[in-house]
Amino acid sequence: MKLLSKNLGWVVFFAALALFPLVVTNPFYTSIGVYALLFMASATSWNMFSGYSGYIALGSAVFFGVGAYTEALLALHWHVPANGNLFWLVPLGGIIATAFAVPIGWISLRVRRHTFVVITIAVFFIFQLSAINFSFTGGSSGLALPYITWSAADFNNPFYYAGLILVVFITLVSAFVRRSRFGLQLLAIRDDEDRAMGLGVQVTAIKITGFTMSAFAIGCAGAIYALFQGQIYPQFVFDPTFDVSVALMVFLGGIGTLAGPLLGALVLESAQQYLTATYSNNSLYLLLFGGLFLIVIMFMPQGVVPFVRDKLTKRTDLERAAVAANDVSSPSPVAPSTPTEVTA
Amino acid sequence: MSETLVTFAGVVAGYGGGDVLKGVDFEVRPGGVTCIVGPNGSGKSTLLKTVSGLVRPRLGEIHFKGENLVGLSPRDILKKGIVQVPQNHSLFREMTVEQNVELGAFLERDRRVVAQRLATIREMFPIVAERAHDKAGSLSGGQQRLVEFARCLMLEPELVILDEPSMGLDPKTLKVMFGTIRMMRDAGRTILLVEQNARQALKMAERGVVLENGKVRLTGSGMEVLHNPEIGALYLGGSLEEARRPRP
Repeated sequence: MKLLSKNLGWVVFFAALALFPLVVTNPFYTSIGVYALLFMASATSWNMFSGYSGYIALGSAVFFGVGAYTEALLALHWHVPANGNLFWLVPLGGIIATAFAVPIGWISLRVRRHTFVVITIAVFFIFQLSAINFSFTGGSSGLALPYITWSAADFNNPFYYAGLILVVFITLVSAFVRRSRFGLQLLAIRDDEDRAMGLGVQVTAIKITGFTMSAFAIGCAGAIYALFQGQIYPQFVFDPTFDVSVALMVFLGGIGTLAGPLLGALVLESAQQYLTATYSNNSLYLLLFGGLFLIVIMFMPQGVVPFVRDKLTKRTDLERAAVAANDVSSPSPVAPSTPTEVTA
Repeated sequence: MSETLVTFAGVVAGYGGGDVLKGVDFEVRPGGVTCIVGPNGSGKSTLLKTVSGLVRPRLGEIHFKGENLVGLSPRDILKKGIVQVPQNHSLFREMTVEQNVELGAFLERDRRVVAQRLATIREMFPIVAERAHDKAGSLSGGQQRLVEFARCLMLEPELVILDEPSMGLDPKTLKVMFGTIRMMRDAGRTILLVEQNARQALKMAERGVVLENGKVRLTGSGMEVLHNPEIGALYLGGSLEEARRPRP
């Protein structure tokens, strides 16, 4: 009960997401919901490594693409019937993406931060070019998945709920990592890698593990995306703007926080989809993004969630101080013992 | 108990091409404070780094309880119960005080043991409990130093290496800090200390070592080193003239 009340906000948030397609049945909005959920999962997963460790990865589209191609190739080669069974392949998309992440992480995490960013971008382009040029990926024509013939009215719902399950799963994993010994080591690496090493943290192993873990949900998101689209093209599943978008979503919401990536992805992806669909202009959302980021950088550089949290904390502190000042009968605090006598 | 805890035997070490330590020989006895003094550039901090594995000696051996530490990684050295509090503030500024302290017992895998140690540390250092959820970066310099001490004790080390712990602290905080070092000593830890505030450090040290140009110039009890006129004149605030003046 205590756990429930402590996490009431989260329960309400996920309950609202679960009820959304039941309340809003218009496929236009539920399809926006599917994309938003896929990006919420990807952003949370990205944040689980990059946000906690401070290593900004700009090649996570590799895992998205690998997940999408795994789904398509397995569905085609295993002759999976075009129905709900296709969803069982989604975790395989995540697993194969994770398997790819091991050597990529092993190579790219031998270097420190800025060089790491460059290497992840280079790795991304290797994968994109490979997908365009290999025959088994269908080349630039991509691959068509088995055609799903569900009714148009409810077509989006299975994808929506698959995305929601993925978001809940990766949020729980991210929360667990944040509070775990493993997460503590990632945070230590973010603050100062050399000091962390001095305390006995095996930084390379921790970084590779975090990087690999973050690939799973992104791979799963890619697999759901492939199913939802029905046809995948290398330039869309290995999309350089995917990484930029995910990173911006996390920065907007608040890097290193649990709620930030969810909020950032929900707002930005929904806005992007809505603007693109409404105004038939693929680039209009960039204006919104630009303006929004200008505001965030100027007024809340840590992101929305840390900004609001700090404001609320300060307000609570002020209220407490006011109560303490009014309480004339309260005894004066006892002088601290020796090791705390140091003043701020 | 062994007569010596740490033995330096002909330690030569440095950075890049040059040697800072040019054959250091001395012993650290178990328990108590061993204070290393010497002028800037004499190799004090480098010597401490060779013990904690941050600098690998080019020649010579460093034995801890009879086992050679040279070639071991900092992690392996930590496992042996040797912890260093570096010269500059070393807390993770964006992490909370409690997270910082918990990281000190990082090598201990048993969560119950970590919790027990944390409880003990909270009693020893009330600031750890009082500011548990504050970011370490929000603490003052002196408070950060205390949390660093608290963190280093989480591993229940046998040897605590302190590199200029008083650096940048005001006189009042300095008093608290030296009190905490005494507390650690009284709890049975062996302290290897490099301290700019040499007079005060030597007063409480059981052993004093004077390092000059990467070599040991003098060893003795803390008071012997403190009252050695030449050393006092050269390194503890005297003048060269005073040192050269013929002794009565």
